Amino acid sequence: MGPTTTLLEPEAKAPGFIVCDGNEAAAWAVALARVEMVAVYPITPQSSLVEYLAKLVADGTLDAEIVDAEGEHSVLSVLQGAALAGARTYTATCGPGLAFMFEPYLRQPGLRLPMVMSIVTRDTLTPQSVWGGHQDAMSVREVGWIQMYCETVQEVLDTVIMGFRVAEDRDVMLPVNVCHDGNYLSFGATRVDLPAQAAVDAFLGTPNINWHAALDPARPMAVDPLTGGAGGPGPRTFVRYRKGHCAGMQNALAVITEAHADWARHTGRQHAPLVERYRMDDAGIAIVTIGSMSGAGKDAVDAARDRGIPVGLVKVKTYRPFPTEAIVGALDGVRAVGVVDRSVSFGWNCGPLYQDVAGALGRAGRQVPSMSFIGGLAGADLTTDHFGGVIERVGQLALDGRSGPTVWINEND
Amino acid sequence: MKRQAYPYFDMANVPDDLCPVAVRPNPMLPGEWRSMKPVVDRAKCVKCAVCWVYCPVQCVVEKPAWFDIDYATCKGCGICAQECPHRAIAMVEEAA
Amino acid sequence: MHEIRIHGRGGQGAVLAGSILATAFVEEGRHVVAVPSFGFERRGAPVASFLRVDDRPIRQMTNIYRPDCILCIDPTVARAVNVFDGIAEGAVLVQTTARPLTELQVPERIACVGLCDAVSLALAIFKRPITNTLMLGAFAKTTGLVSLDSLRTALERSDFRDAGLRQNLDALEAGFERTTVYRIERREAA
Repeated sequence: MGPTTTLLEPEAKAPGFIVCDGNEAAAWAVALARVEMVAVYPITPQSSLVEYLAKLVADGTLDAEIVDAEGEHSVLSVLQGAALAGARTYTATCGPGLAFMFEPYLRQPGLRLPMVMSIVTRDTLTPQSVWGGHQDAMSVREVGWIQMYCETVQEVLDTVIMGFRVAEDRDVMLPVNVCHDGNYLSFGATRVDLPAQAAVDAFLGTPNINWHAALDPARPMAVDPLTGGAGGPGPRTFVRYRKGHCAGMQNALAVITEAHADWARHTGRQHAPLVERYRMDDAGIAIVTIGSMSGAGKDAVDAARDRGIPVGLVKVKTYRPFPTEAIVGALDGVRAVGVVDRSVSFGWNCGPLYQDVAGALGRAGRQVPSMSFIGGLAGADLTTDHFGGVIERVGQLALDGRSGPTVWINEND
Repeated sequence: MKRQAYPYFDMANVPDDLCPVAVRPNPMLPGEWRSMKPVVDRAKCVKCAVCWVYCPVQCVVEKPAWFDIDYATCKGCGICAQECPHRAIAMVEEAA
Repeated sequence: MHEIRIHGRGGQGAVLAGSILATAFVEEGRHVVAVPSFGFERRGAPVASFLRVDDRPIRQMTNIYRPDCILCIDPTVARAVNVFDGIAEGAVLVQTTARPLTELQVPERIACVGLCDAVSLALAIFKRPITNTLMLGAFAKTTGLVSLDSLRTALERSDFRDAGLRQNLDALEAGFERTTVYRIERREAA
């Protein structure tokens, strides 16, 4: 519990709607989710989010312990201690801050400790950049956190709350990254509807954090002892935990879907949980997008349709676990696919989402000409005009009949 | 000690897609966005150098009988005017 | 749909102006998205804020390239950036300046200009050159796109770091009253 503050009545806590940006929306979600401890360190473009958290705590709207740590490594370490003591926890970071907390970031999913962390996605440093991109979140995609990407500011608020439900589900027990685009969603202001506290309470229930591993004198145990090695039970023990983690990730697909459906029952807002199909019913070609770029993508699809081009858009919301079935199903029947990434995978010199999509299609035996488009790096804009060019190129791909080389959208901007 | 200027590194033999380095100084100077600027009254200035010590961007320039301001870098923060013990510096509105 | 671009310098409240304007539009039941773009978070660096307003939902979260309204809340930022970049034919300019219209370089495509000496008024009201709320009043007067009442409600909902609500409401009124609006005759095509 925090210092003595005036606790506001649940109904008074959250006015019906506000005009705010994604950072403030995330902070409101944390308050509504009744998070018990937040630890914070500022980093552009997340800084205002932690300032809003501090204000909500000071006002008594968020009844949480707030720890102003000296760096992100301590931020996440502090929260792990709190989670092992049973607290519902939250933080937000990005870019170099995410890099600084990499050690505890590796530990969290391995301990199957639930929490929600917002990544206000940003291109990683060097070339020196403070602007939006996805490189930071994409760089940590193999650590084993659940990752969901938001398209709108409203979705940021809704997904941070849903994140706790997914993370704390007994069949999941994994930490969740809710990613929202630096600059566009972090500072883009628009009308946001705040759900009633009673609805959020009914949706989330009480925290379910440390029934399986705890720092609790009443339940003495050693958390995360040395495991593995080549001798004795090492190999099979380690594999058992890794497979358990993977099982949790796969279970998350259904849990995420059910959480979104239940959220729609409480609020009337149904966000697509895994992937969203936009005008895919009679689509001859498709583009795949992720994050806030999808809005401009949809506008470009409408414009292309008006010109007679049978294009549709598939937006990925849940990126980890990767919804292979949903992606393959959504792309059923198309003759060419273009995947737009806001980050780079240096293995194939393409986008990371492209790799996952191509892999999923290949494994399903679908031979579809595909290509990767990389754009919007370091705050570069991805406009409807850019998407128009992407759609045209994918149309050409359908005629060529084979996959094409990576295109760097902003190369000449 | 005599000051010597060194030219910036010549990048002619380095590919431009290799590593982000900069060898041309940025022409944007902080003097561009002042709304108020400090004006020194030469008659009152006694060269105590308090303004020179306090200026956060080191834009106070020593002259034989007084201290003047380099308006290319002066941001108009007003600290010099605030600190001058002889009230020799006044902040006046910048003509825009 | 209207696409408004707000230009200013860091620390003057250009970004806050975008957000107050957005709140005012929402008060009037319209859809709005206000997105800022900036480099480093410090006083003095040029900043731009983009605001789209429409009666239908707005999906694209991108910068604005063909604005039909420029709101410039700093008298000198036009020296550092091209505030008129991409403006649509018949666009509106709302500018803070102490100079008369004849001394300003206004491109052909601008059909309507609102001028307000917001820096002097700001120094009088706030003792600092924070022009944002004054210029929102100027915006309302010049464009008629939003009412003073909605802006007042929006101010009441906002948090001010440097000055109180009363002063900002006064600034809004002053900006509205002390803005001169000029309609420019279309010049003949060459």
